Amino acid sequence: MKLSEEKVRYVAGLANLALTEDEIHQYAHDLSDILTHIDKLNELNTEGVAPMAQVLFDAGESSTLREDDPHVSLTNAEAMANAPVSGQGYFKVPRVIER
Amino acid sequence: MRIPSLTISTVRQGLAEQTFSAVELAQEALAFAKAENPKTNAYLTFSDERALAAARAVDEKIARGEDPGALAGVPVGVKDVIVTRGVRTTCGSKLLEHFIPPYDATAVERLEAAGGVIIGKTNCDEFAMGSSNENSAYGPVRNPVALDRVPGGSSGGSAAVVAQGTAVVSLGSDTGGSIRQPASFCGCVGVTPTYGRVSRYGLVAFASSLDHIGPFARSVADSATLLEAIAGRDPRDATSATHPVQDYATAMKEPLQGLRIGLPKEYFFGLASEIGDRMQAGINVLTKQGCEFVDVSLPHTEWAIAAYYIICTAEVSANLSRFDGARFTTRSAKADTLIDMYRNSRGEGFGAEAKRRIMLGAYVLSHGYYDAYYLKAQRVRSLITRDFAQAFEKVDALITPVSPFPAFKLGEKTSDPLQMYLSDIYTITGSLAGIPCMNVPCGLTIEGLPVGMQILTKHFSEHLMLRIAHQYEISGGFSA
Repeated sequence: MKLSEEKVRYVAGLANLALTEDEIHQYAHDLSDILTHIDKLNELNTEGVAPMAQVLFDAGESSTLREDDPHVSLTNAEAMANAPVSGQGYFKVPRVIER
Repeated sequence: MRIPSLTISTVRQGLAEQTFSAVELAQEALAFAKAENPKTNAYLTFSDERALAAARAVDEKIARGEDPGALAGVPVGVKDVIVTRGVRTTCGSKLLEHFIPPYDATAVERLEAAGGVIIGKTNCDEFAMGSSNENSAYGPVRNPVALDRVPGGSSGGSAAVVAQGTAVVSLGSDTGGSIRQPASFCGCVGVTPTYGRVSRYGLVAFASSLDHIGPFARSVADSATLLEAIAGRDPRDATSATHPVQDYATAMKEPLQGLRIGLPKEYFFGLASEIGDRMQAGINVLTKQGCEFVDVSLPHTEWAIAAYYIICTAEVSANLSRFDGARFTTRSAKADTLIDMYRNSRGEGFGAEAKRRIMLGAYVLSHGYYDAYYLKAQRVRSLITRDFAQAFEKVDALITPVSPFPAFKLGEKTSDPLQMYLSDIYTITGSLAGIPCMNVPCGLTIEGLPVGMQILTKHFSEHLMLRIAHQYEISGGFSA
């Protein structure tokens, strides 16, 4: 299946990725190749086959749940330490709402 | 002490006989790793302070007459997608160049609780996406066996440090072959345990339904000791399994007489002939141990790559949305509006392969395509998993190659992403099914490049898989 550059721009928008013109051209080519290979899946009849979202094995119904025990979590300072811009204990981002 | 030939048991012996202290070993291991690293670029960050603190704790325990743990004093490398409190964790990405995690992964906590000494963080493909380690923002890793060749990926650094001898064991992560394939290219043991066997708390998520943490080592015994230390239920990872962890060391001692091993016919086409020859030599070693080989079929193998690259990229596009320029990544200088901050930070920060996979994932999940791609791929995943279940009704284990070819030259395959994806064929199926699988070395090509053999067993049958691998190793299989 061939992916147009217009479609690549649309998907880049969905993914919040700024791409250069060269990248758009390159990805249209690469993704078309990969999607052509992926078209192979249509050879298989999967009617009545349940989709597998997760690896499943025998276990009790609630065995993946944990006790609701309180524990110490990160401090505000620890959680903020890697922020590129922060202030007064918050992540700072460009203004979202104009006055 | 000769750092490159140490094993977990020689370290234990050295400490017990006071040939060296854990601190002396850590200092020497760090100095050696730093001196050797320019050859391979396998370590991205050294963690001297943390290593020495861990080593001191081991020495103090020994001085008090306490058990210092199964990994006491052992120098360990940790893949840079696994978070380490206070030690920079880049995921091989420019976006996380300055990221200092505020907490430890469970696997890291557990290996240190067992006395392990983390000497550094190992290079990898960006966010563990790649099959050659050429997608790291910090430069490729070179294969210590042949420096003009790739070490495999994505855990190329973790394989290289073990092969080079700058760590005794290491942790890697595997989503579609990222432990087994580099282990095969570098000639070491690499184990991908059952999905859920090892907690992923603190493993930076790539494809959550496929991600695993597992060990690299130079012997099966060492890989088993590390796996046993990190395995088991973790309340902080809801996907971690409650099944009890087996005593691998005891299980491995049992001979192989009477085991039935399947050879899936779909895995023996299109191999480089030397790989086929080495596989046959490995099979002969196991036959002499009393294993019976039977032909089996995994009929949906042909569709595995297509299913895998839909499922994994769909999960990538969701997981990597957290890298947004706001919380823990670098931020673009062009961030006048919120949307520009997102788009430019991500556009400038992600490398080519990460962007390619985010794009593919966003596309297959986009409006109108979900059923045709994602749901279809999940149905095919069921068929592939069923193939394995049916095979395991007839045989105890399966043996296959890990890669259709040995380590290739740097730059040789970078221009064609699809060809790179197709090379994952033998490792991806086990990942989709979530069964335990591992690489063991099975000799060298004429050029001296390592060849790897894959052993696969049922869910939670690590004890059987490691037993086959260990018996194979002690009967000379690694140089078959």
